[in-house]
Order: sequence, then structure tokens, then C-alpha cells
Amino acid sequence: MKQFLTTTVAASALALMLGLMPATAQEQRDPNAKPGGDIVITYKDDVSTLDPAIGYDWQNWSMIKSLFDGLMDYEPGTTTLRPELAESYEISSDGTVFTFKLRPGVKFHNGRDLTAEDVKYTLDRVTNPKTQSPGAGFFASIKGFDEVAGGSAETLSGVTVVDPSTIKIELSRPDATFLHVMALNFSHVVPKEEVEKYGPDFGKNPVGTGAYKLAEWTLGQRLVFEKNADYWNKGLPYLDKITFEVGQEPIVALLRLQKGEVDVPGDGIPPAKFQEVMSDPAQKERVVEGGQLHTGYITMNTTMAPFDNVKVRQAVNMAINKDRIVQLINNRAVPANQPLPPSMPGYSKDYKGYAYDAEKAKALLAEAGHADGFETELYVMNTDPNPRIAQAIQQDLAAIGIKANIQSLAQANVIAAGGDKAGAPMIWSGGMGWIADFPDPSNFYGPILGCGGAVPGGWNWSWYCNEDLDKMASEADSITDPAKAEERYKMWGTIYEKIMEDAPWVPVFNEQRFTMRSPRMAGADNLYVDPVHIPINYDYVYVNDVQ
Amino acid sequence: MIAYIGRRLIQSALILLGVSIITFALLYLLPADPVRQIAGRSATPQTVENIRQQLGLDQPFFVQYWRYLTNLLTGDLGRSYIQRSEVSELIVSRLPASLLLMLGAIFCELAIGLTMGLVAATKRGSATDQTLMLTSFVGVSAPQFVVGLLLLYVFAVRLGWFPIGGYGTWKHLVLPSLTLGVLGAGWYARMMRSSMIDVLRQDYIRTARAKGLRRGTILVRHALPNAILPVVAMIGIDIGIFMGGIVVVESVFGWPGIGQLAWQAIQRVDIPIIMGVTLVSACAIVLGNLLADIVAPFIDPRIKLR
Repeated sequence: MKQFLTTTVAASALALMLGLMPATAQEQRDPNAKPGGDIVITYKDDVSTLDPAIGYDWQNWSMIKSLFDGLMDYEPGTTTLRPELAESYEISSDGTVFTFKLRPGVKFHNGRDLTAEDVKYTLDRVTNPKTQSPGAGFFASIKGFDEVAGGSAETLSGVTVVDPSTIKIELSRPDATFLHVMALNFSHVVPKEEVEKYGPDFGKNPVGTGAYKLAEWTLGQRLVFEKNADYWNKGLPYLDKITFEVGQEPIVALLRLQKGEVDVPGDGIPPAKFQEVMSDPAQKERVVEGGQLHTGYITMNTTMAPFDNVKVRQAVNMAINKDRIVQLINNRAVPANQPLPPSMPGYSKDYKGYAYDAEKAKALLAEAGHADGFETELYVMNTDPNPRIAQAIQQDLAAIGIKANIQSLAQANVIAAGGDKAGAPMIWSGGMGWIADFPDPSNFYGPILGCGGAVPGGWNWSWYCNEDLDKMASEADSITDPAKAEERYKMWGTIYEKIMEDAPWVPVFNEQRFTMRSPRMAGADNLYVDPVHIPINYDYVYVNDVQ
Repeated sequence: MIAYIGRRLIQSALILLGVSIITFALLYLLPADPVRQIAGRSATPQTVENIRQQLGLDQPFFVQYWRYLTNLLTGDLGRSYIQRSEVSELIVSRLPASLLLMLGAIFCELAIGLTMGLVAATKRGSATDQTLMLTSFVGVSAPQFVVGLLLLYVFAVRLGWFPIGGYGTWKHLVLPSLTLGVLGAGWYARMMRSSMIDVLRQDYIRTARAKGLRRGTILVRHALPNAILPVVAMIGIDIGIFMGGIVVVESVFGWPGIGQLAWQAIQRVDIPIIMGVTLVSACAIVLGNLLADIVAPFIDPRIKLR
């Protein structure tokens, strides 16, 4: 996986250097794919909204990607960027001006042609505070963002419609991640007339340019997507119809899959059934495993005694037996030694981290003046397997003399305690762990390890703030020249190694994704654990029982 | 009678007002910030503050509550923070499913509970009586989550008689109704048994026996109608018990009712939905009780309204 990604990232860098990359001409389609058929997918939670400016959860992320398109997207099943609604793009030499040429003949589901005005409207809308978009912050590098976010302007001064098929976006600072931002759902293009027609209910009546159209939405029961016959990417999607049944417990979804009533359980294999499934060859055959851009970690509040002492934090890093924790969750993860997951560019392959060594940890603790240990609190989200993992951490800490009392609470309460400087000394991030929004190493820094996130209500729960590293991070992100991408990734690798010297976290594991598909579902495995079209790439999967 | 209903309606309104204040205060005190949830992880502090102001969450408690209450009086339950839809629309779309489930559960608990109670009373002290009472005890104490999964596994997965969760046909209704009804059936069995034993001791039953009526006729024509009255009058009160149960049962069976809506909203700290569902449930409980009190004297003349 690692090898594969390094290659694709290099290919992506090459493509970026060329500045132009037609999407359809080079696209390799599955020669066995047959059009037609319909499938059933289940989810536990109701779908909240299908408005691309607002939707930000497990169920709707990939659905929105199938109803709408952005200027950029990724090769199916990979983290390789490619143009989507943009036919080509150019980046100025200083990396602050991006000019996108739109693909001709793209139509919204209402029949109207897509123009550059729509792209501008979309960006103005998503950054406008009235939209209340959880993704507005991603667009902070566009010129004029502060004015729009502050309410003193209605449109982004940096976004200009050059002609109906060309849009120019100027940035206030070079931003190496900008093409990834243009691939985020939040920048997926919406038609103004439909947004205005439905107002706040646009999320229930989505109209985009995507491969599917919403045909039915019965609240709390089901959503039906139908193939968009006018889709610009000819031949896609393969399926005629997808029915999403919501409100189905993962365990019930699995039982229904076994009976052939469901094609993919969207929430994956429930932990309680994992071993049973894996020990049955017939079922195991239908399991798909894939890496995800996720890290589970323990935070230590660096502003709170005794975690304000780096030696204490390093001792805790050495005390945790990560292999045992991974076993505890049936090996559904790989042990981690740094904040970045292995499939992320910038991951330091040679970095070894803190090896598990309780004796050394004890000695370090004694050096820090805590030979007899101390008492502290470990906050954890109260759903399985997190309390069990917290107990394992508690035992590991007890072995070096630290008595950690577990505070097992609802997710929102743990998040609130983390965002309070005097709230939580230690937090196990499980159930709330960081999954990257886009495949770039910078995405693991700002809100969770940078000074900007160490604010009341923020996500930097270790309250770690190293201004030198903040500076280095901005430097790295100002390297927009694609030819220097490797240099930039190395810089990021160094940043994370330096963070580990200060040890505000104990990176514990990187979760793997396991899902299942019915025998009739076909298409490459990586489409079912797509790292970007999370959880499934609906546009490219197909069924093998159509005539 | 009308004065009584009027008085009870005023009392009900006061209860609902109290429920709304307590729920609103509890949610206000919750150590979780809904604005952070809406704003997402990448939000700047300015964005967070903007959203807080737009939602009026920067206002003091009483201002927020007063605004909620005045909107409520115009039928406006607000918009969901996460789904961004009208809460009233979300509740209305899910109410029929919950009501259907409740009707199914009432049918199950009466059919099972009354039959068990009747048989147990007529065979008082026998092994049958003891077995039935033990079963009712298990029914009352078994966690609904476990009962639900067990029924699903046996009757839907192994035997394939019913669909595995979902909504739509009468077959979908059977297992969730049964799960929800088992708890009530246990209570009804016990109540029916003691009520029946009570009635069987009455003079008119002895007279009927002395007249030489057959045992079956005595039970069905004389004892049952009298014994069943106090039991049936309890149905209104059941609504309150169901409101708690549907959260679990609807989640297990993927039943698209308001219990499932509430459970998802609680997990996401979607305060407008939690408030809306709580108020609608409180309304149902209050009205259920009121209905039970009004109906009771009609079916059992021994009860008088005062």
C-alpha cells in the first residue's frame, strides 16, 4: 500500500508539473464492468443533508460526491489528484493564482449548462457565514476570505469569472494544498437558482452535476439514487439505481447481507461479529480491507502538571503496549509511532518512535521527579471498544506507577473537555480520532497539533503550541512548485518527528477499514475502501449479474 | 365532567411547561458545544462566533428559553442543527411509524398478558400458574435490546418467518411490536391474575356457580368483563412506558419512528430535535394519562371522576 501510494503521489506530482491533465481520455475503465442493475446499501444513522457546503459525515460524504462534482477529484480508489469539472488548470509561478478551464457540455440535473459563474457562486456561498458551512475554514487562503467570513463582503475578491468557461482564483498566500481543497465536497458546484428555490432545504433537494440524481428521499427510511443519463463522463455510473436504507444497526445489516438482502453494509463489519466473519472462509472471501488516513492517539495536556514535563510525556509514550491494544481490537489496525498514518505522503518510514519499555519509562518518570508515580484522569468516549482500550492504557500506566482514573463519557462531552484548557489531562481519541479531510500531511497539523487549535473549544487537546514548528509548517505549505513536492513532504516529516520529540501525543494505532460486499458486487477492491470517496466509490462499482 | 377535563387540561399545560423548562435547562447545562459541532474542525474562532450569534446561542438562558417558547406557541420547533431541516417536519414524518408500533405493542401486550393472567388465575397455585408468573417476571425484567435481538435471530434469521428489520408491511411490524409488548405483557399478566382472583371471590360468582352455570360461562360472561376493566384502564399509562421503549426497539429493528430520531439526535447533540421529541413524548404521556382517567369511569362504573 505504502509503495503504491508513493508511486501514485509521484505520478500526481508529474501531472501537476504539466499543469494540464485530461481526465476521461486517460481513464482506465474496468473491462469487465457491465452497466445496469441496482444495489442496496445500509447505514445506521440517518443521512443528515446532501448539501455539499454542509454535509460532513460518514454517510453523506460519498453520496454528495456522486450527486455533485468539483473542479478536482481523485483517481478512483486512490489519493491521486486529477481534474474533474476542470478540463485543465494553470498555476502561476508564485503559486498564488490558479486558473481553471471548465469542461464543456457539463449539465446540472435540472438541464442547465454549468458555467464559471456557478463555481464563483459556490465558493462565495460556502465561505459566507450565513451558510454555516463546517468546511468554510478550508478556503481561508483565497483572497477576500477574511472579509466574507467577517461579514463585511458578500463575494470573494480573489475569485474572478474570466469567461463562461474560465475561472481564476487568487490566493492571499501560496497554498500547496489548494488543489486538494478544490476536490473537497465543500467546493462541489451548486446551481444558484436551485439553492435559492429551496433555501435551507436545498440539502433535501440536491441538484448537482454528478453521476447520480436523487430520485426519492423518505425521511428516516430510504434514499434512492438514479443514474444521471446526461452525465458528462460517458459510460458512468455503471449502476442504474442505488437504494440507501437508513436506520439499520450494523449487526442487522450484516445478517441481511448474509441473507442476500443487502449488497454493502455501509458502516462495515460490527466489531462484535468480526472474528466470526473472519473465521468463516465463505464470508471472509467477501471482506475488503483497506488502509485509511486515520490515527488513534492519546493526548496529554502539556499545560497541566505533570504533563507539562516532557520527560513525563516521553515516559508515557514508552509505557503503552500498542501491540496489545491492536490485538484487543482483533488486529483491525496497525501500531503507530508518529502522528501521520503510513499511507499519507510525508510519513517517515525510518522513524522508529518510542519503543515499548516499561523499565525505561519508570526510570524516566523518576528522573522527572515522579518516582512514586502520580494520579491522573483519562477521558474516553463511552462506546465499544474505547472503554476497553482505555482499560488497557490504564493497566500499562499502572505498571509504571501512574494511576489513571477513566472518565467514560459521551462523545460531545469528551470533545468539550478536550477543548477546555483545564478540562482533560489525558484523552484517548478513539471514536473521535483524526481522519484526514484530504491526503496531505498538513491536514494532520493545524487544528490538532498547531498553535491555532490550542484555543478554547479547539481540537488541539494536548494544548501543544510550538511556534517554531508553526513557522516551519507555513514555510512547507508555501512550497507550491509541484517539482518540489518531495522536498515539502520531507519538511512535513521533520515537523512530525520534532513533535514526537516533545511527545504531546502517544500515537497508538492506524485503523484499517474492513467492509463486506455481496457476491454480486464487483469492481476493484479499493473502490469499496476508497480513501477519498469514503466509504465507497458509488460511481465505479458494478454488479456482475446483469445481462 | 367538562369542568374536570378543563382542570386537567390546565394541569397538563403546566406540566408541559415544566418539562420544557427542565429539558431546556438540562440541555443548556450540557458540557458540549453544539456550535463546535456545526462549525467543524477546520473552523476559525470567528466562524464559530458568527454561527453562535446566528443561532442566538450567545444569549443568556432566559432569553434563549423565551424565544424557544414563543416560537413553540406558533408551532415552530426550530431547525435541526445537524440535519438543517424543520424539526416539526422530521417529527411528523416519523410519528405514524411510532404510533403504528405502539398500536402493535398494545395489541401484543393485551393478547399475551390477559391470556396469561386469565389462565394463571383459573389455575391458581398450580404448576401452570407458577410457570406463567415466572415467564411474566422474565418478560418484565428482560432488557428490550436483548429480547429484540433474540427475536430477530430466531424468527427472522434462523426461521426466516419475518424480515430482518425495516418497515413497510405487517410482517415488519410483528417482531418490534412483540419486543415492545413483552414488557407490558408481563405487567398485564400479573394484574389480570390478581384482578381475576379478586373477582372469582365475589358473591355473584358464587351465586352463578350455585345456579349451576358452566365454568366456562362463568369465566367468560361474568368474571372476565369485571376483571378486565381495571386492567384496560391502564392502557393510557402504557404510552409513557412505550416512549422509553421505542428508543431501544426502533434502533434494533431499524423502525423509522421518533425513538430512532431521538437516539440519533442525542448522539449528535442536536438540541432542537431532542427538545422537540421530548415535548412531543411528554404531550403523548400527559394526554394518554388524561384519556385513561376520562375513559376509566365509562368502562368501570366503580371509578368516579372528582
